Amino acid sequence: MEIIVLLKRVPATESMIGVADDGKSIKTDDLKWVVNPYDEFAVEEALRIKQTHGGTVTVLSVGPDKTAESIRTALAMGADKGILINDPVTVNCDSLGTARVLAATIKALPYDLIISGMRAVDDDNYQVGPAVAEYLGIPHISMVIKEEISDGNIRCHRTVEGGTFVVEASLPALFTTQRGLNEPRYASLPGIMKAKKKPLEIKTLADIGLSTDDTGNPKTSIVGMKFPPERAGGKIIEGENAGAKAASLVKALVEEARIL
Amino acid sequence: MAEGVLAIAEQMDGVFKKAAIEAVSEGKRIAKNLGTTLTALVMGSNIEEMAKDLAKYGADRIVIADDPLLKNFLVDIYTDTAAQIVESEHPAVIITGATSIGKDLCARLSARLDAALATDCVAIQIQKDQCRITRPMYGGKILADVVLEGFPKIIGIRPNAMGISESPAEGIMERFTPKIREGAMKFVEKTMDTGKVELTEADVIVSGGRGMGGPDFKIIEELASALGGAVGASRSAVDEGWRPHSDQVGQTGKTVSPNLYIACGISGAIQHLAGMSSSKVIVAINKDPDAPIFSKADYGIVGDLFEVIPAITAEIKKNRG
Repeated sequence: MEIIVLLKRVPATESMIGVADDGKSIKTDDLKWVVNPYDEFAVEEALRIKQTHGGTVTVLSVGPDKTAESIRTALAMGADKGILINDPVTVNCDSLGTARVLAATIKALPYDLIISGMRAVDDDNYQVGPAVAEYLGIPHISMVIKEEISDGNIRCHRTVEGGTFVVEASLPALFTTQRGLNEPRYASLPGIMKAKKKPLEIKTLADIGLSTDDTGNPKTSIVGMKFPPERAGGKIIEGENAGAKAASLVKALVEEARIL
Repeated sequence: MAEGVLAIAEQMDGVFKKAAIEAVSEGKRIAKNLGTTLTALVMGSNIEEMAKDLAKYGADRIVIADDPLLKNFLVDIYTDTAAQIVESEHPAVIITGATSIGKDLCARLSARLDAALATDCVAIQIQKDQCRITRPMYGGKILADVVLEGFPKIIGIRPNAMGISESPAEGIMERFTPKIREGAMKFVEKTMDTGKVELTEADVIVSGGRGMGGPDFKIIEELASALGGAVGASRSAVDEGWRPHSDQVGQTGKTVSPNLYIACGISGAIQHLAGMSSSKVIVAINKDPDAPIFSKADYGIVGDLFEVIPAITAEIKKNRG
């Protein structure tokens, strides 16, 4: 089973996010960067599938130099090799542009299964995984919490609002991960040592046979960023006991907030 | 020339998603601004009768793709069907509810059509030559203004963020026969929690956190039930195994915007605050007066939640007589 995991480096979710001076990007100084949590589920699931079905796990990412560290994290967890597409042109890619770069890279590789996070917790687009599948002409299943592979098929449980669907697809296929799929392992110390010697190829667009035109002009561009309206801390409801506080609260919700 | 607005109205087993009606309502507003018409698209099996309802929310035309193969959502044939309709309709804007299924379909469709996509939009400004939307990023810590170029533009609207409005229109029914066949995907079965209010669609959410001290969420469930709302949870409550993952509110769970959010025993980690701060009214109940959650709450009660929550439930029942 040749498995490819798509990975993105993102600011840790505990980070305070600030708006940079240009007003349309975030401040990146002092941010702690991590592997996108949904991509950690993808790495973990790939390793478990490899354990059952054999094969290799290749981690693929598009990003700047520092992204190599995140790929090393996945290698330390147990992935076999990494590929980083590092090209200044990709900085301007929107999700479809990134998906084109990923798909073009994958086309030159053997693969049975591609796993990606259902979304990256930075831009929250939910777009790259399905778009890669579309460009490769293979089926995809989103938001997966359980999978089973047999006889060239993958059967997945995927979440929808208020329930789950069970869906099957023939391999090669792509699926995206949802919280609940697994608990990602931590990299062990020997794993971290081994990861340093594992192959990590760094390529430009030219190396994968793409020109600047092939990535397409971005069709979406961020023109401004702002904070959500600041909520002022409200009223602390006082009262002699729980009953009195509850009565004051309900009164306020009915008469003041007019919400009940 | 691309023209008109196409609203894809999601249904399951003959019932429209709330987000579908929101998308049709918002689609009508956009169509009016652009001086054009709104076409609603319904995909499924045996959907003709239900589809007629969309006229009430402003659909000038209602196109139905009614085929047994479309009975359940499969992203491959749904994308094929939607893409064929787009090719024949040439809409300038496609709008749909950014539900799990809506997001899945839009992502694949955007790649198929090479179309700009913005999902989870909370505000939309469209003029003839410019389309600018606002959407949360970083789990709601930031609101980004995004410009979409080219045609069509695909807009997924965040469930519960935009209202439903009636605006009766003619609703001329048309049948579209898609060229689809069973492909590489197969629908096996579905399991739905019947009677449970979905978090992202709920008007009221009562969430419990570490302060609950264990998996017994009975007092939370009773308050939610008295308010006709849904039960949510903080990440710590989910990580402890007290609640299922599908209940988690926050940056790595669900982002919610109910009318009323009641946080019980939740201290207010930044990831949780990001996921619920677009709620209209927030109530926090916590024994620690310094809990960060109080800085985001409209109303706070410092106290023992095991006393306070049942008292609120009782008060609400009394109030409703």
